[in-house]
Parts: sequence; C-alpha cells; structure tokens
Amino acid sequence: MTAIVNIFLKEGVLDPQGKAIHHALDAMNFEGVEDVRMGKQIILKLTSNNRDDAMKEVEQMAEDILANTVIEDYTIELL
Amino acid sequence: MKHIAVLQFPGTNCDLDTKYAFEKLGCRTTVVWHKESSLPENTDLVVVPGGFSYGDYLRSGAIAQFSPVMQAVIKFANSGGRVLGICNGFQILTEVGLLPGALKRNIGLHFISKFQTLEVVNNSNNFLQKCENNELLNIPIAHADGNYYIDEEGYKKLEANEQILVRYCDEKGERVVVNGSVTSIAGICNKNKNVFGLMPHPERALENILGSDDGIKMLEGLIT
Repeated sequence: MTAIVNIFLKEGVLDPQGKAIHHALDAMNFEGVEDVRMGKQIILKLTSNNRDDAMKEVEQMAEDILANTVIEDYTIELL
Repeated sequence: MKHIAVLQFPGTNCDLDTKYAFEKLGCRTTVVWHKESSLPENTDLVVVPGGFSYGDYLRSGAIAQFSPVMQAVIKFANSGGRVLGICNGFQILTEVGLLPGALKRNIGLHFISKFQTLEVVNNSNNFLQKCENNELLNIPIAHADGNYYIDEEGYKKLEANEQILVRYCDEKGERVVVNGSVTSIAGICNKNKNVFGLMPHPERALENILGSDDGIKMLEGLIT
C-alpha cells in the first residue's frame, strides 16, 4: 500500500515561498491566480495491507515527525 | 569551573566556535556526538550550536530531535538544567518542544548573514542578567529559517511570563523586520527560564577586532 502525505503551512500562517511563487507568476503575466500555497509531499510505501492500521500508523508519523503541527497541517491519502 | 557540553550532529558547523567561546570565558567544554545517550557528568550547561544538522532535511532541526543525545538533553532540561540553543540549535529546541513556537523560512527567502542590532527585552533570566533592559547589542545573524512564529495565545503567554529575550531593531532601538518574525522576536526562553533559544550568534561576537564583543556578556550570564 502507498500512503501520500501532503503537508502545508496552516491557513493564516504566512507562506513566504508561496508568496514568492505568486510574485513570479504575476511577473510572467499569468493572470487570475488568487493565492499560492507551497507544501511538500512525502510518499511512503507500506508493508501493511490493512487500511485502518496503515492510516493510524501514518497519522502517528505525521504527528511525530513528518509535520510540525505548530505551523503545518497535513492530509493523508492511501492508495 | 563550569562544565559546558556542546552537541555535535552531522552538519553542525558552529561546535568549535562555541567550544572556543566558552573556553575563552574560562569554562571546561566537551563536544558531545549526537549518538551519545548521556551527557558528561557534572554538566552545568548544554549548548546546541548552529549549523545545518542533517542537512536541514524535512525541516530545520526536525531530524535532530530524535537523536539519542537529545533524549538526554530533554531529561536534563526537565530537571532544571540550563540549555542554550543558537540558530539551528534554537530550531532543534522548538522542534523537540522545549521551547514554544516554530521557525519558518525567512520572509524574503534569502539566507541573511550580517551584523544585526538587537534590543534586550527581558533580563529577568540567567542568560541576559548581565545586560540592561532596552540595551542594544551588536550580534551577527546567519540563517535562512529564522522567521519565528507563534500563535496569538502563545504570544500572550510569552509576553506575560517575560519569555521574550531579544528583538531585532535598528540603531535607535526601533523594531525592524529582518526575517518576518512575530514582533521581530530574535530569541526566547521557556517558562521556567532554564532553556534559551536565539537565532543570532553570540559566540561569534567575542572580540572587538572582529566587529563586536557584545556576545561576552550574554554568554557570561549563563556561567555565572
């Protein structure tokens, strides 16, 4: 099973990298971009075949190390 | 004679500067490799120095928090031991939860390396006991992830408990935006005032001939 963890700065926490990308897009005349948020994606290949167990395990990983929950939110997708 | 333990992770690069600084101030120092699971006996102060532990992978300071030596540092701090985190060391101490808040990418995205004026905000702690409140210090900064963030509730606690140590300012003492930090915060301590973290490098400001010796009175406070 594969787990995809997406990590983004929380809403309301200013994202300097997203802002810089937004500026670059503006400078390149790409219009119609309202906001840019930049995050990271971590792809885990798991040995488990049990979705519930896998979800619990990955949630623990996200809480403990993958995300810094002071400033970041995360989503987990199992494939 | 005070005994200082200076931690060393793969990618730490201020360990020897820090060792030099405390030896210049008359201390005995031991550099402690991250795989050690205990601190030297009779350690008076642990310093988590600057650098790029584990290449700053994942987030600055994120991987270092799980090193064996950090488990020993957490125990040491929780039993009242003094801990100072400088730059990457500050990032590690927030990641590990010994200090509140987090350090994000600088607002302008650049790595900033220069001398910076700091204002002493609270000297009611060991670290800044030799400084006056509102005193201006000239200390180098060198970081890409120094943008201190804390939520409103956390900020109120910092203020109420006099946990804000220093802020970035100009030569007149007016706050300046250097990296986007909440209210220009450059350094804080924990509620019990035994764990200290700051982005600027006092260990690089020990000799006037190299630009400033304002770091001496900061570090001296911790070994008095």
